[in-house]
Amino acid sequence: MSDGAQSAAGWRAPELEEELPGLRLLIGEALHTREQPLTGSSPPQVRRRLAELSNRYRGARAVGIRREPVPAAYRVFFRHIGLEPDTERTPIEAAILERMLRGGFLTRCLLEDVLLLALVDTGVPVWALDAESVDGSLGIRASLQGEPLGRAGEAPVLPAGRLVVADSSTALAILFGELAPGHVPHAGTRRVTLFAVQVAGVPDLFVEEALWSCRSALEQL
Amino acid sequence: MSKYEQPVIDRNGPDRGPTIARGTELARLQAAASAPSQQRPAAERAARASLRAQIARLERERSAIVAERFPHICAPVAMPDRPSGGPSLLDLGELERSRDRLAAAVQDLRAKVTEREEHERRAREQLQRMRLEPGRYKFVRLPVRDLGQGVCGFWEVRPRLGLIGMLAGWWQLKLSSGCPLATGSRSTRDPGLRR
Repeated sequence: MSDGAQSAAGWRAPELEEELPGLRLLIGEALHTREQPLTGSSPPQVRRRLAELSNRYRGARAVGIRREPVPAAYRVFFRHIGLEPDTERTPIEAAILERMLRGGFLTRCLLEDVLLLALVDTGVPVWALDAESVDGSLGIRASLQGEPLGRAGEAPVLPAGRLVVADSSTALAILFGELAPGHVPHAGTRRVTLFAVQVAGVPDLFVEEALWSCRSALEQL
Repeated sequence: MSKYEQPVIDRNGPDRGPTIARGTELARLQAAASAPSQQRPAAERAARASLRAQIARLERERSAIVAERFPHICAPVAMPDRPSGGPSLLDLGELERSRDRLAAAVQDLRAKVTEREEHERRAREQLQRMRLEPGRYKFVRLPVRDLGQGVCGFWEVRPRLGLIGMLAGWWQLKLSSGCPLATGSRSTRDPGLRR
């Protein structure tokens, strides 16, 4: 059951609202209450769920996934923002391809497994940031020339016009891309800011479900 | 809306990319970035929306062809016309190039589909002839792949009862048992059970 009340919509730069009206950022927060650290191994129930999902995705489904409504919406959106989905795969297609190549959804660490479960279950990608490193609310905007990705000293520099997820002062992640170094949750992280990117054609319910799935797994609801 | 029905756009309009120096306050930057968008002509915006709709339609068609025709037709790996550094808001020219590239890819796939359908039609006719007059097609093999029915297996005209059938002219059309087992044949995967 989804609990949309715990998700908030992020802000969008005016030019994005105008050009890509279906693009939304949904944000949730989770308090990590499990004993295992976020970067530690997953509990048995999470690993079991990954194995169940591995059995659900076989070759035929992998080939046809691009026609399913939610993955198709992300493919189209990738083209709208200049990404070629056959070379830079959408998150769900990348996960399914990985499953095909490795024979299953392999466990990595608790946080990555939880995000993967949400992705495979709903088709909606979710990312996590260390909530302590986020300043204000998150939103989507275009980067500025020479703007750093994150507040860390070794932060890479962005060119102008790159679409990023940012807080009130800094770009924290490239849209559908890498997170800023220094803002990724680590072993000691207790509070996690989750965000999901919704595009035109993806129902609200799926996005809220993805965030709820992550929250419930981390908070042991 | 077809390519020829789109509104004519003045591409020499104001540059809309934010070019503000690093370290400036975010509020000022956002205000500066959004200002040119207010001056953008509505026609150009409408054209971009139209191009995005066309791209969406073409992408859905391309996905449908690839999903339905796999493994006989695969999507060629597309090479973007510019090194993709990441996601960005595309301008009219970039959207047009993206649309044109996608349209060409879809056109290419449509041609492959037509070619493939013709190939399968000829194979079905051949199968029908083999079924009606097996004696005329002795030992002829027709892969089921050619019929679009799968990947492994053959239709083959073989003599009934082996040598007796060959001598007596008893020919029949038979379908092979399909794909080999992933674990190999019984004799190779567990030779110890053989007696």
